[in-house]
Amino acid sequence: MISSQHNTSSRARADTILTRVTGSLALMVGVLLGLVLLLLIKESGAVLEDGGWARFFDSDGWYPQSGEYNLLPMLWATLAASLGALLIALPLGVMSAVFSRFYAPAWMVNPLRRIMMLLAGIPSVVYGLWGLTVLVPLLGSWMPPGSSLLSAICILALMILPTVSLTSEAALTAVSPESLHGAAALGLSRKGIVLGVALPEARAGILAGALLATMRALGETMAVLMVAGNVVQTPSSLFDPIRVLTANIALEMPYAIGDHRAALFASGLLLMMIVTLLAWLASRQGRHIHV
Amino acid sequence: MMNSAFAETQKLVLTGSSTIAPLALEIGKRFEQRNPGVRVDVQTGGSTRGVNDTRSGLADIGMASRKLNPDESDLISYRIAMDGIGIILHRDNPVHELSDDQIRAIYTGKITNWKLLGGTDQKITVVNKAEGRSTLELFLHHFKLKSRDVRPHVIIGDNQQGIKTVAGNVGAISYVSIGTAEYEQAYGTPIRLLGMHGVAATVENVRAAHFPLSRPLNLVSRGAPNPLAQQFISFAQSQVVDDLVTAQYFVPRAR
Repeated sequence: MISSQHNTSSRARADTILTRVTGSLALMVGVLLGLVLLLLIKESGAVLEDGGWARFFDSDGWYPQSGEYNLLPMLWATLAASLGALLIALPLGVMSAVFSRFYAPAWMVNPLRRIMMLLAGIPSVVYGLWGLTVLVPLLGSWMPPGSSLLSAICILALMILPTVSLTSEAALTAVSPESLHGAAALGLSRKGIVLGVALPEARAGILAGALLATMRALGETMAVLMVAGNVVQTPSSLFDPIRVLTANIALEMPYAIGDHRAALFASGLLLMMIVTLLAWLASRQGRHIHV
Repeated sequence: MMNSAFAETQKLVLTGSSTIAPLALEIGKRFEQRNPGVRVDVQTGGSTRGVNDTRSGLADIGMASRKLNPDESDLISYRIAMDGIGIILHRDNPVHELSDDQIRAIYTGKITNWKLLGGTDQKITVVNKAEGRSTLELFLHHFKLKSRDVRPHVIIGDNQQGIKTVAGNVGAISYVSIGTAEYEQAYGTPIRLLGMHGVAATVENVRAAHFPLSRPLNLVSRGAPNPLAQQFISFAQSQVVDDLVTAQYFVPRAR
């Protein structure tokens, strides 16, 4: 009796310690995020106080030397590149997930997933290098200069495809077997089961995955920097060179001083707000899965 | 031992050109390592600030990425390196020479096809540097262009990106640090450095200050520098820092 009591209490103590350790680690992540946000606000403060928010949206353009910091062209370019990539990666990713879940022969499923995971793990600079030496010259021989919104979209689509595919597959796997068996018992074809039962039930999970992928596309820097051309302008065609917000920070930060530096921090802040909004949307979508 | 540990820290303040600042920072770090108790403080603000701060005594040493003007003869300048950039085209582009006016017309979007310059019927892809890079500043200054007059198709960060962009696009034109381009050209990258005003774009011509698109990187002092500043200047001019100079794509001094 006594020894068993002793045992439980030591186990309880171990639990308390573990709770404290893991809890403080989890808290640290939150604190870190807060610190990053504080730094962004503090560093961009100089330019916000000087001319207020307005100058990021109504200046003549992005001419840091003469104190004009219009972020809108780069904001549109960022959104266009990310949405374009999603438009390509979403159908492809969902279809490849449907294939490996419902149509692929058993021996193929695991290798397919491995390949997707490998694709997800390739460093972005490698994608960028491939884009710069293969994709851009290829596009350039058709529609010069080649560095364009289109090449950025292609590279980003390739990069987020595994994310979309893996999360879609997870969402499809989570579809309750009862629904699938029920649909099969009702005599639905495999096509009918996929389109009528599995995909609608997995919709929330697929959408959450798509939002995560969009966040990755928004935050991608190196690969886009290498293929997009980096000219600050609102894209009017797929073949226009564009500059995204992250590439802007990477290109100019090493030499920026004063207001220019603060404006770059402000564009980081803007990017962070967009990503936060998306993360919030994704978590709302994710909640629907369990309802 | 005890003495050096308790010795007062000596501080050396450098201000001026943002082109030289990254190099001065690196040289400063090495100088601090070799001279414990010395702190080298590097601040940017442009060559003119370097000159003004040295005059007023705010800085021990100024940094100026240009020759001193005649009205600045009260200062002494010490060259620590040369900075030179060259125009590069794709190796298969038949154009072998461009005048300053032609380059200006290309970069302002007035000429958009190589056909007009004696080349093939091929659209010109104008490659420009990102804002704040010293190569951009030197380029604009030489061709008397303003940043917003330039109509680029591709904007790049570092020299390597410019070389890769030109190597992958027969119609592209860019300008990069001559040291890097010469190296890449020698190792078979399909680019060609253009001469200017009849002077070949080589590191040797930059070192000798013959190449038009080059400038000296100078440290300046008011009269004779104090002993510590003198020690730093000699250090910055010595062979010991040649690797730092090359790492920043500048050309070490002739010796």
